[in-house]
Amino acid sequence: MRLKMKLGTMAVAALMTAGAPAMAELVFPSLSYRTGPYAAGGIPFADGYADYFTLLNERDGGIGGEMTRVPECETAYNTEKGVECYESTKGEGALVYQPLSTGITYQLIPKVTADDIPMLTSGLGRTSAKNGATFSHVFNFPANYWDGASVAIKHILEEEGGDISDKKIALVYHNSAYGKEPIRTLQELSKKHGFELVEVPVDHPGQEQKSQWLQIRRDKPDYVIMYGWGVMNQVAVQEAANIRFPMDKFIGIWWSGSENDVLPAGDKADGYKALTFHNVGSDYPLYDDLQKYVYDAGKAAGNGDQTGTVLYNRGVYAAMLVAEAAKTAQEIHGTSAITASQMRDGMENLNITEAKMAELGLPNFGPEFQVSCENHGGNGFVAVTQWDAEAQEWKLVSDFMQSDQDVIQPLIDEDSSAYASENNIENTCS
Amino acid sequence: MFYREAGDFSTTYAQDQQTFPIKFDRYRYYAVLFVALFVIPFVVNDYWVNSLFMPFLIYAIAAIGLNILVGYCGQVSLGTGGFMAVGAYASYKLMTAFPDVSMFIHVLLAGVITAGVGVLFGLPSLRIKGFYLAVATLAAQFFLVWLFNRVPWFYNYSASGQISAPERDTFGILITGANTQAWATYTFCLIFTIFSAIVARNLTRGSVGRKWMAIRDMDIAAEIIGVNPLRAKLTAFAVSSFFIGISGALFFAIYLGAVEVGEVFGITKSFLVLFMIIIGGLGSIFGSFAGAAFLVLLPVLLKIVGVDWLGWPTDIVAHLQLVIVGALIIVFLIAEPHGLAQLWRVAKEKLRLWPFPH
Repeated sequence: MRLKMKLGTMAVAALMTAGAPAMAELVFPSLSYRTGPYAAGGIPFADGYADYFTLLNERDGGIGGEMTRVPECETAYNTEKGVECYESTKGEGALVYQPLSTGITYQLIPKVTADDIPMLTSGLGRTSAKNGATFSHVFNFPANYWDGASVAIKHILEEEGGDISDKKIALVYHNSAYGKEPIRTLQELSKKHGFELVEVPVDHPGQEQKSQWLQIRRDKPDYVIMYGWGVMNQVAVQEAANIRFPMDKFIGIWWSGSENDVLPAGDKADGYKALTFHNVGSDYPLYDDLQKYVYDAGKAAGNGDQTGTVLYNRGVYAAMLVAEAAKTAQEIHGTSAITASQMRDGMENLNITEAKMAELGLPNFGPEFQVSCENHGGNGFVAVTQWDAEAQEWKLVSDFMQSDQDVIQPLIDEDSSAYASENNIENTCS
Repeated sequence: MFYREAGDFSTTYAQDQQTFPIKFDRYRYYAVLFVALFVIPFVVNDYWVNSLFMPFLIYAIAAIGLNILVGYCGQVSLGTGGFMAVGAYASYKLMTAFPDVSMFIHVLLAGVITAGVGVLFGLPSLRIKGFYLAVATLAAQFFLVWLFNRVPWFYNYSASGQISAPERDTFGILITGANTQAWATYTFCLIFTIFSAIVARNLTRGSVGRKWMAIRDMDIAAEIIGVNPLRAKLTAFAVSSFFIGISGALFFAIYLGAVEVGEVFGITKSFLVLFMIIIGGLGSIFGSFAGAAFLVLLPVLLKIVGVDWLGWPTDIVAHLQLVIVGALIIVFLIAEPHGLAQLWRVAKEKLRLWPFPH
């Protein structure tokens, strides 16, 4: 009997796979960048994103019985190509976009809202999208740029015993919408805590930073916070090592905290810190499944050499979040073949608990949060990691701390209401 | 056989000097215009407009602008990206300051403002030539991008330093923003492209254009026969910047909707437009269109063939594309320095004699 049933399910499964192209499938486009000056960050993220969906297909037969498909489109971190990729993939029934580029995010915010497709920008994009009443289709859980800036200051406060009124903090940032994001938060925080803020912009792509680090050498800031991406990170860590800036006082945002950024500087990068909104390493049950169903089966995306790195984990985490949102959407609407509009409802009702994370094979990996119509951004829990050059691995050196909501929430309200009035957006939650 | 001028008589000077003196050419031109104006708007969707038609039309305007300066007047310019940025920021400031004014007027005014800036940066061309002028315009490129990044007034003090186009209409039809119809944005850009091409064509075959070409071919000789180099060079800069400004305004307001100046209007944009006119053909309006079409369509075509049909990894296709475009530029510079326009001219000559070549 059991054998028969098993055979039966197998037959059904075989039929389903055979009929896959004709059936509705869940499409998660990956606007990746494997070329250009930002490829070092784009490749591991895209690999992790693709591998997690491969795992779901191989192990569970997709999500809720629907196979998933991840069409990839190369953007080279370029907004024009990003728009082209968006237009060419949205017709395939795309459920959700994760562009991994703040520039492309700004481009797509009005477009996805008009096309009724949700977009997830975990730890990037427009911070005030946290206010779901204004940005109905944009989500940025579990943490955003301003959370990062606030926790960086919190960490410095802890290090200095609670008083940083006589300190000088430099912000080295990618001179773009991305790098400029934390400035306003840091200005507010500098008013609150009394430290002096020095802004040091680095132009795209950031291969030339001699003058910036000369300025830092001259100004002698006590701490340097960096908002960099791609080749800019490696150059900055190297330049900091060259002027013998103490590495444990150099804190990068989560986009400046991968293996690629510190390895070129060798031992000199030892002690460099970076923020993160998820845990590090590959010591999770999920990796056993990935090994069994994806790597050993020869189905790993890219070269398959990125597993366990910080950004690969982030790609896996990003894929996991939207997969869970898809499951939530399937439950809400009682159908497995969800549309992009239903997917948006799933994202808005996503509830990530520790029990769910453990069940997925990622215990103690990311924060718990509950998305709601008003709050599209989670609770802003961020931790600090530190690079150990000898062991060649990132280590968590702090607990997950919540950002200073007293400072951030008014800024979010201000920025989102400015956007709402510019674009005549009504409050979509009430 | 089909393409010939036998039986095609001109009885007036106007007939003899029209842009397409051969009947076949003329009808082909009308047919293209008819399809572009009355067929395509009814069948296009978002993908075709946003991935192919709109970039092609907008780059064609930029290429026409640069071709006037480089191809017709012989003044090498690497400041195209910077001038496009002027057009984009001018249209942004106008759009936000005067929300009730039609987009047509904003785009034209953005062109006029860019023309002013272009004249300003064209002043050094009176003293310096060739490579040195290229370097001076390169300075314009970097200065303008730096300026728009540095001065918050230009981006209305937004936190991200980006400019994003609010929803604006013309004659009650939405032209900018996310809720536009594909046909509306397409037609809007098409009107500007046709307008630019007709104006450019008529300027270049009139006395103004002849002065530019005289300056290009030998400036001292031109001065001796009575061409005022100051006026000729500055009008070339003004007209060229006017078109480039229009294309920048359309690029920002209609095509992208949100722009970050360093990334979108960087030096790569200047080179891209320069490659367009080199591949298309210097000193030819048709060449501007051919070059723009070539460099806009080729990457999309390669992507469709490589990724969608052959299933190659996206990074290999992206790298391959760089190799192919680079190789083509070298091939064109060696084998056909006058570009696609010259190939077209040769093809037409051959067709006129076919099937009885000498």
